[in-house]
Amino acid sequence: MASIRAKNILIGKPGTSLANKTGGWRVFYPVVDKAKCVACGMCVMSCPEGCMTTSKETKTLIDLDYCKGCGVCAKVCPKTAISMLKEEK
Amino acid sequence: MSTVKVFNAGHTACSGCGLSLAARLVMEAAGPNVIVSNSTGCLEVFTTRSPQTAWGVPWVHSLFENSGALATGIVAALKMQGKENEARVMAFGGDGSTADIGFGIISGMWERGDDVLYVCFDNEAYMNTGIQRSGLTPFLGATSTSPAGSVTGGNQKQKKNIPMIAAAHGVKYVATACVGYQRDLQNKIKKALAIKGPKYVQILATCPLGWGNDSSLTIQMGKLAVETGLFPLFEVEEGKITNVMNVAKPKPVEEYLKLQTRFRHIVKNPEEVAKVQAIADANFKRYTKDKVLF
Amino acid sequence: MKKVTEGLKAIAETVALCRPEVISAYPITPQTHIVEELSVIVANGKLKCEFINVESEFAAASVVLGASVAGVRAYSATSSQGLLLMAEVLFNMAGMRLPVVITDANRAVSAPINIWNDWQDTLAIRDAGLIHLFAEDNQEACDMHLQAFKIAEDHEVMLPVMVNLDGFILTHAFDPIEFPEQALVDKYLPKYVPMEKLDVKNPLSFGLMGGPDRYLETRYAMAETMKTCPAVIRKAAQDFNKMFGRNYGELIEEYKMEDAEIVLVSMGSIISSMKDVADDLRAAGKKVGVLKIRCYRPFPVQDVIKSLCGKKKAIILEKALSIGGVGILTADIKAALYGQKNVPEISDFILGLGGRDIRISDIKAIVALAEKANLKGEFYGLDPKLVEEMDK
Ligand SMILES: Cc1ncc(C[n+]2csc(CCOP(=O)(O)OP(=O)(O)O)c2C)c(N)n1
Ligand code: SF4
Ligand code: SF4
Ligand SMILES: [Mg+2]
Repeated sequence: MASIRAKNILIGKPGTSLANKTGGWRVFYPVVDKAKCVACGMCVMSCPEGCMTTSKETKTLIDLDYCKGCGVCAKVCPKTAISMLKEEK
Repeated sequence: MSTVKVFNAGHTACSGCGLSLAARLVMEAAGPNVIVSNSTGCLEVFTTRSPQTAWGVPWVHSLFENSGALATGIVAALKMQGKENEARVMAFGGDGSTADIGFGIISGMWERGDDVLYVCFDNEAYMNTGIQRSGLTPFLGATSTSPAGSVTGGNQKQKKNIPMIAAAHGVKYVATACVGYQRDLQNKIKKALAIKGPKYVQILATCPLGWGNDSSLTIQMGKLAVETGLFPLFEVEEGKITNVMNVAKPKPVEEYLKLQTRFRHIVKNPEEVAKVQAIADANFKRYTKDKVLF
Repeated sequence: MKKVTEGLKAIAETVALCRPEVISAYPITPQTHIVEELSVIVANGKLKCEFINVESEFAAASVVLGASVAGVRAYSATSSQGLLLMAEVLFNMAGMRLPVVITDANRAVSAPINIWNDWQDTLAIRDAGLIHLFAEDNQEACDMHLQAFKIAEDHEVMLPVMVNLDGFILTHAFDPIEFPEQALVDKYLPKYVPMEKLDVKNPLSFGLMGGPDRYLETRYAMAETMKTCPAVIRKAAQDFNKMFGRNYGELIEEYKMEDAEIVLVSMGSIISSMKDVADDLRAAGKKVGVLKIRCYRPFPVQDVIKSLCGKKKAIILEKALSIGGVGILTADIKAALYGQKNVPEISDFILGLGGRDIRISDIKAIVALAEKANLKGEFYGLDPKLVEEMDK
């Protein structure tokens, strides 16, 4: 019965925020220079969105679905491997 | 690429929000076997716009000032269900929730000795309601209720010392942490969660919107707060300071202040800056390793 | 076998029979003996329960909210100022659909500070979304707690329930009480089964923000539940009667109503005196009946219509008022009767506030007044000397 619990609208299922692609907010977007990137993980630790991963093989990857373009990663990168470029919309 | 984690993207925090970073770091350190009660504030609002939630652990929000008491009830309920070893309980609050409106609740929780890790996400004002001052707003920081007026410039009170108040309650583990030092922050969370009884960790979480700094400076701002001495990082165990983050060459407070519009009204006034510098200097003297507090 | 027990202690013992798993409450007259007695019961190992001492009623309500969302049966008790301090949590608890049971020892609200009985505390939070039950005597108050848990925890309901009993008049009265056997209570009230709870195996988020696009629906859901839950409340009363052999009515109780022309309407302990008055006046040839509102929220609109339409006169006795408005119960009754046929004339009296005595003779005097004229929001029993002093 719809009336009883309003269950579906009062309770959230784990990680459903992933449906909200915050990448659309971006004004600048980060680009990783894989030649410079040493996969140290500084940016991964510092990204407020948690949308970065890294490994020696892949170097740093960014999930642009969620990246808000804050520029934190570019600022912390010790190798200046990340640059922020203007989004062309 | 995205699978469900303990704390997920898609939340609506401002770009570069130090609070969302702090929350992610805390959750990744804590892992999946935790239950979180969360006060009203930015963190709650930007993570749970129904029906979506950024949380991947059991999480509950009730009011602005009661996450501590909720945690007490949750611990009791787990015990009654024989599940006390299934999950660790954490209570989250902003600086306003912690130092102001919810303080009585937190004091009660500490007095009872409840097995809860309370994390204060200190962004130094009531951000969710538009940057009003709290008991943890720094001296002379401008907010929408402690404005940079022509007679008084910014917040006239000093930051309330909640870590010391916690330690005075006999809280087993008290620590300060900051988004500028992610490993340190995560180690403190892990250490706290391994301890039975009340724990308190206060995390300085930069807020580009409320502090008026560039969104890319989240980490640098956090580091500067520590390096200037304005937000010392330390641990208190059983009433004794057991650890202080060493700052080999303290930086002048201007370096920190000048990056933020909330201090714009004082950076060109050496007298006012000197007052802030005095606070930083005193902090370096106050927090020393092995000092017995209580 | 009946045992002469003080009202509050009897309630504490009955609550213990309901096996709450987490209790948190804060002392306030005239509720205090409930917290004290429950702490003794738990300390003596007679109830396996987490009894949590807190620093305020706000904390007590928050602790039981946390316990409830974590999946256990939770209980609290309060009164007056304490209830108002809980108010914010109560709205939240109802909105989160948590089946906590709370006892309110009804007491006046400050200023002036006054520890004695009326209903201004509980009626100030009547819009929170709790189910409100009112007990006529201590046996009913005890029995009502069993029913309260049963109603609250029904998956068709999932709302907090408040059991109201008049401060001092009931709370501190010693009455012979029949305590149900534990085995029967367990049968009537099996272990609480939450619909979902905080659980690492199924990590859900509770208490989400609901914007303009969703909030309206959550309120609608509560309102709809209030419309359908009378069936659950009735069944709880019927099942109770079957198992324990005591009947207090369901949402309402009618006393000598078949041929009544004048109907006295109220809630709580005053009903007993009203029943005596009805008997006395009937002996004198007046056809008087009594309508007891046992369940105030949801308001039993259909029952009230059925009960009052066709009668000559309804006299409502109120121990609360909405200052600047009208008597609170009166407003509900008038709203229920609007547009119905054969609606009785209605007189309503505000009396007994802050513990002012109400004797049988007062109720008879009220009937006489109402017979002469239709009185609206009439303060009964004012001290003329004090009124004069205030006028100076
Ligand atoms: C009882 C009550 N008073 C006021 C508010 C409004 N309010 C909601 S969040 C908030 C400020 C939150 O500040 P803080 O705890 O520092 O968290 P932040 O948003 O800064 O992270 C206020 C004042 C409320 N929700 N409840
Ligand atoms: S720009 Fe900001 S959000 Fe985007 S990847 Fe870098 S740190 Fe993360
Ligand atoms: S206002 Fe500040 S704390 Fe709140 S979401 Fe924005 S950056 Fe984060
Ligand atoms: Mg804040």
